[in-house]
Amino acid sequence: MNASVALILVQDGVTNGAIYALLSLALVLVFAVTRVIFIPQGEFVAYGALSMAAVSAGFLPPTMWLVVTLGIAVALVESVAALREGAAARLPMIILKNAALPILALVAVRYLPLKTLAYPLQIAVALLFVVPLGPQIYRLAFQPVAEATVLLLLIVSVAVHFVLLGLGLYFFGAEGGRTPAFSDGGFNLGSSYIQFQTLWIVGIAAVLIAGLALFFEHSIYGKALRATAINRTGARLMGISADLAGKLCFTLAALVGAFSGILIAPITTVYYDTGFLIGLKGFVGAIVGGLASYPLAAAGAILVGLLESYSSFYASAYKEVIVFTLIIPVLLWRSLTTHHVDDEEH
Amino acid sequence: MITPNRALLAFMLAVAMVPLFAAQFTVTLVNYIGLSALVALGLVLLTGIGGLTSFGQAAFVGLGAYTTAYLTTRHGMSPWGTLIVGMAVTTAVSLALGFITLRLSGHFLPLGTIAWGISLYFLFGNMEALGGHGGIDSIPPVDLFGLELGSSRAFFYVIWVTLLAAIVTTRNMLDSREGRAMRSLRSMTMTEAMGINTLRYRMVLFMLAAQFACVSGWLYAHLQRFVNPTPFSLGHGIEYLFMAVLGGAAAVWGAVFGAGAVTFLKEWLQDLLPKLLGASGNFEMVVFGLLTIAVLHRARDGMWPILMRAFGNLAPQRAQTGSVEPALPLPRRDPQPHGREVLQVVKVTKRFGGLVANNNMNLTVRAGEVMALIGPNGAGKSTLFNCISGVNPPSEGEIRFMGQRIDAMGSREIARLGMSRSFQHVRLNAEMTVLENAALGAHLRGRKNFVQSAWRLDREEERRLLWEAAHQLERCGLGEHLFDAAGSLPLGKQRIVEIARALCSDPTLLLLDEPAAGLRHLEKRALAELLAKLRGEGMAILLVEHDMDFVMGLADRVVVMEFGEHLAEGLPQEIQTNPKVLEAYLGGVDA
Repeated sequence: MNASVALILVQDGVTNGAIYALLSLALVLVFAVTRVIFIPQGEFVAYGALSMAAVSAGFLPPTMWLVVTLGIAVALVESVAALREGAAARLPMIILKNAALPILALVAVRYLPLKTLAYPLQIAVALLFVVPLGPQIYRLAFQPVAEATVLLLLIVSVAVHFVLLGLGLYFFGAEGGRTPAFSDGGFNLGSSYIQFQTLWIVGIAAVLIAGLALFFEHSIYGKALRATAINRTGARLMGISADLAGKLCFTLAALVGAFSGILIAPITTVYYDTGFLIGLKGFVGAIVGGLASYPLAAAGAILVGLLESYSSFYASAYKEVIVFTLIIPVLLWRSLTTHHVDDEEH
Repeated sequence: MITPNRALLAFMLAVAMVPLFAAQFTVTLVNYIGLSALVALGLVLLTGIGGLTSFGQAAFVGLGAYTTAYLTTRHGMSPWGTLIVGMAVTTAVSLALGFITLRLSGHFLPLGTIAWGISLYFLFGNMEALGGHGGIDSIPPVDLFGLELGSSRAFFYVIWVTLLAAIVTTRNMLDSREGRAMRSLRSMTMTEAMGINTLRYRMVLFMLAAQFACVSGWLYAHLQRFVNPTPFSLGHGIEYLFMAVLGGAAAVWGAVFGAGAVTFLKEWLQDLLPKLLGASGNFEMVVFGLLTIAVLHRARDGMWPILMRAFGNLAPQRAQTGSVEPALPLPRRDPQPHGREVLQVVKVTKRFGGLVANNNMNLTVRAGEVMALIGPNGAGKSTLFNCISGVNPPSEGEIRFMGQRIDAMGSREIARLGMSRSFQHVRLNAEMTVLENAALGAHLRGRKNFVQSAWRLDREEERRLLWEAAHQLERCGLGEHLFDAAGSLPLGKQRIVEIARALCSDPTLLLLDEPAAGLRHLEKRALAELLAKLRGEGMAILLVEHDMDFVMGLADRVVVMEFGEHLAEGLPQEIQTNPKVLEAYLGGVDA
């Protein structure tokens, strides 16, 4: 291998690693706050990328029907809960927020000239019909069992992954999708050619990570999430709603997932089931960080990206095997250094 | 009359008829149900019993299938030989994976198995020697006593007899000494305090689940006579988990029901849904996913218990009685001479971060005496108990038990030395009977392992263990509750079950954390009589209690704690008149 090949591999690795890092941060966040191991994270990547592909081709994102259906389902569930509490006065707001809003958005977007829309607006439209799925799924699938064991939540999580994967095939078909780059072309750095899209990915990932950090440090909602992550019961006693915290971090996870999909769609063809493997690689990064530390998770994710690009050069057939085997030594090390035994009495 | 056993017999007879009369398509389907049920049974063990789970079971199925496919076609080995090789490989892999993940929190095993499932799938697909994505064909049929089982009708019986054997041995195993330990794994602190190595049993459950999957894979390879990577993907691993969850992860028959339901439903939905929706796709995935979510929301134990309850309304209720056969008493420890110091606590300090819960505590307990530890709420009594019993070791100081330093030992090793305890917050397995709960305490007094119990080679020892448990419960006045579910007893009686459980271990030192709380007057008196009798036999008893009448009437010596420190020590009457103690309890006499 010569220096220029090595540089290309590094570029590849860092690009993918930046995406994995974003995903791993979202996974750590969701796990810390809700104890849910968020397997469907990858589906948000695919949904984001393929919705973007639909919008840029001038079609409405097919996920909008899911957003509307789930919106109506959430409205129903919330209304039943409100009626049981005897709070019928809340009904109009519940219906407006959960069911009417998605329908209005759908109607509004129908009249937009999607194909000729400015690129950032196209992104906004794609996100508009993917991100709400996050809180909706939390409300319907996870909130009713929020107090259950990690194991049960994990099985629910895998079931949600199955549902979204099956629906993904229905919505987007088996053909992959690709979108135009944020900006075409690239430049030469020494002996290697660097695409602008690569810079976009790494830059936006860095901005998003910094944004998340600011959000957690300085905003009241971010602080509420951190409090919930540290001590759920304590946070609830301080008036922080666990339901709100759950929905909030699922919204963030959906946003991060869908946006990651939009970032990579110009450089790789995304299929309805591509997201799963991407999400799992984010997981490998998160596991390196013990599902607890943000900086370690991000570093682990970059490591995964580099390992992946180098192994695809040396042993491309075994690329996935090598990447997923990485967690073995990590787990082994953690296992030998952890003496903590947890006792959940459920 | 319809009884569960007769219904089961009728079901098995109906299954046995399938190859004789049914169409080829049905035979194939029922074959696949048997294969899946075997894998799901392993998951019932792992998930329903052990509180763990795995998404990688399909990979273990693949390991069994590929091992035999490769060795029979490329090296001409006999299928029976490859079965043994496959099992050996599976055992090694599952132990290695278990070693890496099972010390960590419960969710690392499933995550580890996801990675393992994906890796193995890609490995199968990419290795030239294994035929790549094309797979391996021309696998020879299994030969049984010269009879070639080439047709799927003939193989049918191999599959279902294997499954039945697996179910029967699994049920036997769960109804035994080691089975009780497995069923208690979710309450780790208590189980360890009974001297049980919980890590070992989690390993065993994971290994058994993997072996069931491996056998299923071996059967699959010789039924199909062809393997490729597709059926061993992570998606199929998840499907097996759905079978176990939908059927009911807490019951062995739930696995069969879940496998049957999912297999039939899948067949039907794959036909129906695309027609209904006018598009092709994996819609059955969506349905299974939604079904699983609904079951986990509404009926966490799956469909099988619901089915049984509906069935139970038809059949007469099974009586909650049984009998315990008399057996030889278990061997006992050598008694300690009265007055020998068995426990010495020297300058023990326990810190939680900046909080000092115990500061420089000293305490001794002698054989044949009841030592009471009293003090206001929050004085650190339970913390000291946890230090002594190894549940939460001290930060500083020395604890000696029977002349041996134990302050660095875990609760399991300490239990082995002859110390047993009850918990302030009752820790019983609510679903097991009172008898089984007590027998858990006698775990260390048995030797037979899970393989022996699977084949019922442990019955003599099992009788002795249960006889001991019944005897201790009888002594504690719970003789009429032996076959009640422990969770159905009032809290006061549950505390007594904990005492009986502790006594089953034949302890030298008994630690009781508020044993009289929640008891009525007569029950308290009976408890005091029992403890006095145990003392007479030479047992050392250390108890924490708030009921002063109870303490003062029973204890030989009393230690008073306040703010984590040793406040006073002496005979009950001395303590009752000690001004420092009165001040601690009543806020000062001269105020």
